[in-house]
Amino acid sequence: MIAPLDILKKKRSEALDRIHSKEYLSVKRVHVGMATCEIAAGSKEVMDIFLQAAKSGLTDVCVSQKGCAGRCNFEPTVEIMEDGKVPVKYCKVTPEMAKQIVERHLKKGEVIGEWADNGKLKHPEKERFEEGHLCGKFFQVFGDVDFFSKQMRIVLRNCGIIDPENIDDYLSVRGYEALAKVLTDIPPVQVIDTVKKSGLRGRGGAGFPTGIKWELTARQQSEEKFIICNADEGDPGAFMDRSTIEGDPHTVIEGMAIGGYAIGSHRGIIYIRAEYPLAVKRLEKAIADAKSAGFLGENILGSDFSFDIEIRLGAGAFVCGEETALIHSIEGHRGMPRPRPPFPSVQGLFDKPTLINNVETWANIPVVIIHGADWFNSIGTQKSKGTKVFALAGKITNTGLVEVPMGTTLREIVYDIGAGIPGNKKFKAIQTGGPSGGCLSEEYLDTPIDYDSLAKAGSIMGSGGMIVIDEDSCMVNVARFFLEFTQNESCGKCAPCREGTKRMLEILTRITEGKGEEGDIEKLERLGTMIKKASLCGLGQSAPNPVLSTIKNFRAEYEEHIKDKKCRAHFCPSLLEYTVTDKCVGCGVCKKACPAGAITGVLKNKHEIDKNKCVKCAACYKACKFNAIARV
Amino acid sequence: MSCSAKAQDSKLSELNRFMDALKGLSRSESNLIAILHKVQELYGYLDRDAMDEVAATMNIPTAHIWGVATFYHYFKLKKPGKHVIAICLGTACYIKGAGEILEKLKEELKIDIGGMTSDGLFSLEEARCLGACGLAPVMMIDGKIYGSLTPKKVSEILQGYRKRSSGE
Ligand SMILES: Cc1cc2nc3c(=O)[nH]c(=O)nc-3n(C[C@H](O)[C@H](O)[C@H](O)COP(=O)(O)O)c2cc1C
Ligand code: SF4
Ligand code: SF4
Ligand code: SF4
Ligand code: FES
Ligand code: FES
Repeated sequence: MIAPLDILKKKRSEALDRIHSKEYLSVKRVHVGMATCEIAAGSKEVMDIFLQAAKSGLTDVCVSQKGCAGRCNFEPTVEIMEDGKVPVKYCKVTPEMAKQIVERHLKKGEVIGEWADNGKLKHPEKERFEEGHLCGKFFQVFGDVDFFSKQMRIVLRNCGIIDPENIDDYLSVRGYEALAKVLTDIPPVQVIDTVKKSGLRGRGGAGFPTGIKWELTARQQSEEKFIICNADEGDPGAFMDRSTIEGDPHTVIEGMAIGGYAIGSHRGIIYIRAEYPLAVKRLEKAIADAKSAGFLGENILGSDFSFDIEIRLGAGAFVCGEETALIHSIEGHRGMPRPRPPFPSVQGLFDKPTLINNVETWANIPVVIIHGADWFNSIGTQKSKGTKVFALAGKITNTGLVEVPMGTTLREIVYDIGAGIPGNKKFKAIQTGGPSGGCLSEEYLDTPIDYDSLAKAGSIMGSGGMIVIDEDSCMVNVARFFLEFTQNESCGKCAPCREGTKRMLEILTRITEGKGEEGDIEKLERLGTMIKKASLCGLGQSAPNPVLSTIKNFRAEYEEHIKDKKCRAHFCPSLLEYTVTDKCVGCGVCKKACPAGAITGVLKNKHEIDKNKCVKCAACYKACKFNAIARV
Repeated sequence: MSCSAKAQDSKLSELNRFMDALKGLSRSESNLIAILHKVQELYGYLDRDAMDEVAATMNIPTAHIWGVATFYHYFKLKKPGKHVIAICLGTACYIKGAGEILEKLKEELKIDIGGMTSDGLFSLEEARCLGACGLAPVMMIDGKIYGSLTPKKVSEILQGYRKRSSGE
């Protein structure tokens, strides 16, 4: 029998031949970002220009697509790679610029300096990655860009580097080698042992040790077992899993196949949100390609291990990210959670033992296998190993996808990677963990990112949403925003979550409308604590977190809303005050518009607003053509 | 047979082909959500007659099917307008002023989320993160994303759609 590893090596060299025969890498390769985010920013039009140029005579250029490297605010992005040269990274490329890049760079070899984003920094970690390291390629391409200088890319190692729809590209970066390696000479128990020793913990939110979950599922005696990849990504401001899948779908597939081998399962299911059509399309193609290349299906790489993957679509219910609800949804039911135990490892999909991990968790697996538990273990903090991907957004200069070693501080992300708050505004808070997480104030900025430190500070690691909030946002309203979301998403199965969140939302809404009463804060705290204790699933158990953490860290803002009827961010409409300024020409329009009869004045003279009658509807503010009405 | 009746017919036969392929599989009833996706893909929403067909073919009680369908926000129970506007109310968009954009949309269209304009031209939906946070606040019209919105830009975009539709 030929060893799986030898079969893989043969496949890889064939793939490399195909790549070179298409003149990939041998000459110039143009990479155009084609992830959802890039396309939204207009990359399709840019792609068309390059494709057109290639069609009409540019023969030494290979145009190819890539997933997103995570630089949202620079999109669309284009890289020009040439053998032996530092790749040139062009940002915010318009079709007009693309035409110039074709004429000047591709035809005449002139690098257009003012559009290129090649930084001065050298990536401090670059040296750590010897030739051929799975995570090294990223730094060869992007190692000189400042945005990446504090990042380390394990999960996103291939995102923005390879064409996600081309399995040859994945093979060229040692793709499927980890799977071949385990099939060749690592018995399942030893695979599980490696995962355990690596210290990898679940990236879907709870941070449960991955190896222990694998071991538990492996121990169950059952004819049938399932592997599930949780790609539901419910946090409404997060896009890590989507980008990972859009940029490097085979990594997830490879991780799942290794998991299947380790626990003795032959069937994997990826549960993914229907709202991610491009990610679904890329997964479908990757699964089909992996099947025809022999990395999925019967007798993988000539071994006696068989494994197949199918895709199931979610349908827009946040609670379905919770593992027992997700399982009900795959079974074709309403996505209601159920009490645990039994845990899915024991009794999961169709009552069979089921191993469920998050996309990012799966994407770590091939690296853990190739470079070993010790290597992985050397990154991060004592109890949190490896890296974490965050979707950085909100009031921050560099929005995007960042992957940092555990232990990096929040300050480093906000100021070094994110380049601070735009528009000279003041930092107010950072939110992690989405609707299940919390808001931390400035004093917590030096908190190192790991599961335990973030929890101690009053937030959670969560799945990777990270929103920066500046002085223009009202923290009471931020809490209200998240609670409104969870309230809406509560499945209604248990009363504390269903009714309790409704009560809390009513109180918060009252406060933001200027109708807050003495004692409201305490009521919120009592309700929140009760809901956390008494709810059945993680949704209810964590729903009060955004409220409780803002009360803890921004209590003064709550008090101002309640006692002084003031919103320091000027965000809550009902707490604004309307006054007529000296710009008023006395046209009388506002007086007619006011539904409360609060405006008085004679034509051609300055009008006045009676504060006691004003109901803050903003009708006058919108009606005045002279910008004469101020609201503060 | 009229043209639209024919179109209805071909949709129904495509739906039936889809279900036939699933019926033979073990645990076929677990594919209910996939079937509902198919109905929505074909009809734009969960058409009643199509749902009755699903119940009959898959041998699943109608009440169960609607129970599942109504649990998931993604499924539309009413026929949408010609252009579907999805305003992103994800966290990044909220922080960057999605509230103001939503107000503007409601004011211009004179409908609430879930509603359809009286001329049937637009329906308004909310979305949670369209994956373009870097361009927040954003909205999507029929799959096309519009970013860095301001209330003024919203008016202009809607005006564009109205003009094109009256010119047709
Ligand atoms: C309300 C709720 C929503 C969740 N949403 C997700 C999600 O979108 N993606 C995810 O991977 N895990 C989510 N989880 C966590 C899962 O239940 C489960 O812990 C996780 O998929 C396990 O994988 P991991 O160990 O690799 O993190 C959610 C949990 C709760 C309570
Ligand atoms: S806590 Fe909320 S979401 Fe979870 S089961 Fe109870 S009602 Fe449903
Ligand atoms: S509409 Fe403006 S200018 Fe006219 S009366 Fe009112 S405040 Fe004065
Ligand atoms: S905000 Fe409304 S109620 Fe108050 S003065 Fe203006 S129009 Fe009248
Ligand atoms: S760069 Fe792709 S998510 Fe923004
Ligand atoms: S929150 Fe609106 S696109 Fe992400």
